[in-house]
Amino acid sequence: MNTARHVLNCSKFARHSANINCTRKFYTSQHLKMSRHTHSKRIEGLDKNVWVAFTSLAADPSVVNLGQGFPDIPPPSYVKEALAKAACVDRMNQYTRGFGHPSLVKALSQVYGKVCGRQIDPLKEVLVTVGGYGSLFSTMQGLVEEGDEVIIIEPFFDCYVPMVRMAGAKPVLIPLRLKPGKRQTITSADWFLDPDELSSKFNSKTKAIIINTPNNPIGKVFTRDELQVIADLCIKHDTLCFSDEVYEWLIYRGHHHIKIATLPGMWDRTITIGSAGKTFSVTGWKLGWSVGPEHLIKHLQTVMQNTLYTCPTPLQEAVAQGLLLNFELMGQSECYFSSLAEELEGKRDRMAAILQEVGMTPVIPEGGYFMLVDVTSLNQDLSHMDDDEAYDYKFVKWMIKEKKLAAIPVTAFVGDESKKQFEKYIRLCFIKQDSTLDAAEEILKNWSKI
Amino acid sequence: MARRLHASRTEGVDKNVWVEFTKLAADYKAVNLGQGFPDFSPPKFVQEAFCSAVSGGPLMHQYTRAFGHPPLVKNMAKFFSRVVGHEIDPFEDILVTVGAYQALFSAFQALIDEGDEVIIVEPFFDCYQPMVKMAGGKAVYVPLRPVYKTEELQMIADLCIKHDMLCISDEVYEWLTYDGAKHVKIASLPGMWERTITIGSGGKTFSATGWKVGWAISSGHIIKHMKIIHQNTVYHCATAAQEAVAQGFEREYEVFGTPESYFKQLPAMLQHKRNKLASCLQSVGLQPIMPEGGYFMIADISSSTGEELYDFRFVKWLTKEKGLATIPVSAFYSPEHGKEFDKYIRFCFV
Repeated sequence: MNTARHVLNCSKFARHSANINCTRKFYTSQHLKMSRHTHSKRIEGLDKNVWVAFTSLAADPSVVNLGQGFPDIPPPSYVKEALAKAACVDRMNQYTRGFGHPSLVKALSQVYGKVCGRQIDPLKEVLVTVGGYGSLFSTMQGLVEEGDEVIIIEPFFDCYVPMVRMAGAKPVLIPLRLKPGKRQTITSADWFLDPDELSSKFNSKTKAIIINTPNNPIGKVFTRDELQVIADLCIKHDTLCFSDEVYEWLIYRGHHHIKIATLPGMWDRTITIGSAGKTFSVTGWKLGWSVGPEHLIKHLQTVMQNTLYTCPTPLQEAVAQGLLLNFELMGQSECYFSSLAEELEGKRDRMAAILQEVGMTPVIPEGGYFMLVDVTSLNQDLSHMDDDEAYDYKFVKWMIKEKKLAAIPVTAFVGDESKKQFEKYIRLCFIKQDSTLDAAEEILKNWSKI
Repeated sequence: MARRLHASRTEGVDKNVWVEFTKLAADYKAVNLGQGFPDFSPPKFVQEAFCSAVSGGPLMHQYTRAFGHPPLVKNMAKFFSRVVGHEIDPFEDILVTVGAYQALFSAFQALIDEGDEVIIVEPFFDCYQPMVKMAGGKAVYVPLRPVYKTEELQMIADLCIKHDMLCISDEVYEWLTYDGAKHVKIASLPGMWERTITIGSGGKTFSATGWKVGWAISSGHIIKHMKIIHQNTVYHCATAAQEAVAQGFEREYEVFGTPESYFKQLPAMLQHKRNKLASCLQSVGLQPIMPEGGYFMIADISSSTGEELYDFRFVKWLTKEKGLATIPVSAFYSPEHGKEFDKYIRFCFV
C-alpha cells in the first residue's frame, strides 16, 4: 500500500479540529482503478448533448450569443424583490412541502383554473418540479416504460428523445412539413402535421404523444383544429398526451394559445407542463410545474418523492408572489404574461427584417422566442470541415469561429431520418437586449465583407 | 382510461414517511421535532451571499453551467482537496445536484442495473431503499453502528477493494460531530478515491435546507456517468443558491479550523441542544440514545402489540394528543427488520 506521512498546510489549524484528515497524504494507485464497473444500461447512448457541445463554444465573451434560450434582459423587478424578501424569512430557507410550496400550488391552481375554466386542486392536481425539464422527467419516469412507444413531433426540444429512451421506451418520430409553394414570407404556420401520417404512427403500444406548443424551435402555435386531430387520435387509441407549454404566454398578435387539456375528453389523459423560468424570464430559478388529473399526477408525485423530494423554498415563494400579482392583472396590458410578448414581438420583427436584408430566409414564429433561419441562399462552402457532421452543425461552428455569432443547429432537434430535411436551418434566440441585437445586426450586415 | 397508466418502476415506492408525517404535523399544528431541518436561520454570511446573488447581475437569474456553477465547483474543489488529501478537479470530479437527495438518485441511476445488489446499512435514511428499487437493484441490509471509527471504515474499504465494489458515502452531516468524535471520509482511505462517491449537502452544511444545493464528489470516470443522468433529469440547478453556497465555502476556506468557522460553531451550538433534549427526555422517563453526530436522537419507548408498527402508532398519538411531532424509527429499517426496532422514535434537536 503506497502511503506516506506528510503534513500538509495545516500547521495553523488547531489539533482539536475534528474534521480534517490532513496528516497523511495518499497516493492513488493506478492498478486499483475500477475494473468491472461500468455505467448502467439506461444511460447507454445518451451521452451526446447539444448544449454541452455548444455552450462552451459560445461562452467566449467576444461571441454574440443567440444560441441557448435564455434572456439577457432582466426579469421583472418585483420577482427579484419577492425572492430577496423571502430569503429574509427564516422558515423560507428550510424545506417546504415536497410536491410544491403551498402558496405556489395555490397560485398555480388559481391562474390555470381561470385559463382552463375549471377547478384545479392545488394539492392533488399540481406538482412543482425543477424546471419544465424536471416535469418532463417526472412524467416520463412516472408514466412511461419498456414496451411503450411515445410519439414525438420533429423538430423537438432535444431532451424528449433521451428521456423516452431512459424510461426504456421507443420514440416514434413524425416531422412537421413545410407546405409546398412559393411565398414571400415563411411563417411557422406554414409547417404542419400530415393527419394521415400522424394517424399511421399510433398503435396499441403507443403510450403517449408529446406536443410542444408554442413549438421550440419553429415557434409554431398549434391551432384548435390541429389539436383536435391529435385529441381525436389520443381518445381513439386511449393514449396519454404530454403537453409542453413552457412558452404559453409568448404568443404574437393574431394567434391564440389553446390548451389541449381543455378539449373534450382530454383533461383526464393530459399532463400540461409550464415553467417559471420562461414565464418570468428567470431560467436560472429552475422551477416548473405539471398540471393534470389526480390519477396521473400522483405517479409524478411518487417519482418526485424518490428523486429530489422538494424544490427550493424561497424561489417557490417568489414565483407564487409573481403569479398572484399577474393573476390580478390578467387581460390588462400591464400583465407580464402579455407585456413580455409585446416586447418580444418587436424584437422578432427586427430580427426577421435584418435576416431578410442579408439574404437569409427566416421562418417567422407565431410564438416562443426562437426563430429558424434557412441559410441555403448563402451558399457557404464548408467542405473543409469534418464530413461526419450535418451541414447545420458545421455552419454554426464556422459562424461562431469566423463571424463571432452563435446559434444552435436545428438537426439537434430531429431524428436521423429527418436530418436532410432540416440541415440548412439554424436556430436564433431573440429574447435579448437591444445591445445584443445591435451587435448581431452589425455582424449580419457585414456578412459578405471579409 | 382503460389501460394501466403508471410505469412499474413507481410500484412499491409510493409510500413515503415524510409525506405522511409532515402532513400530520401540519394538520395538528404540532411542535415539529420530526423532519430534519433547523428552525433557526442560516448564518448571516451565507444569507447575505444569497441576497447579494439575488440583486446581482442578470446572469444570476439565468441558466448557469449544468454540472455546477463555476464559482461553486471551484471553491468546493479547493476546500475538499485539502480535507480529502487528493487533488479534486472542479469540472471533472464534482456534480452539483438539487440537494444530496438528487445526488443519491443520480448515483443509483447511473451505476445500478437490474440484478445488482446494494448493501444498505441499517438504520438508513429512508430514500435509499426506494431509490435502489427504482434502479432495479436488490437491497441487502446489514446493521452497523453510526459515526464510524477509522477501523470500521477500513474494514468496509477492505471489502470494497477485495470485491471490486463501489461505495456511496452519504456524508451530509459531516461537520456535525460531538464530544470530540472525528468524521473520517472513506474516500481518503487508500484505494478508495476511485471507487467512492461522496455525497454532501449545502442545506445541512449551512443550515439552509430549503436551498436544495447538494453534490457528489468522486473520480471523473464515475462522475461522468452521473452527469449523463443529470443532463437527462433536471439538467441545471438554481443559479443564485449555488452562488451563495460558493461564497459560503470561500469564507469557510479562509477560517477553517479557527473559532470563526461555522463548521466549529454549529456543532458546538448543537451539542448544547442535544444535551438539553436528552435531559428533557430522561426527566419524563424516556431513554435517549446519545448521538455522536448529526441532528437526531432516538429514544426508547415501551412496546405493545397491534397491526401497524408500534412506533408509527405512538408517533401519530403523540402528534394528535400531545401536539409533538417526531418520526417513527422503523421507517429507517427494511420491512423485514422494522419490527425489531419499533420501540424507538426520532427527535430532531436542531
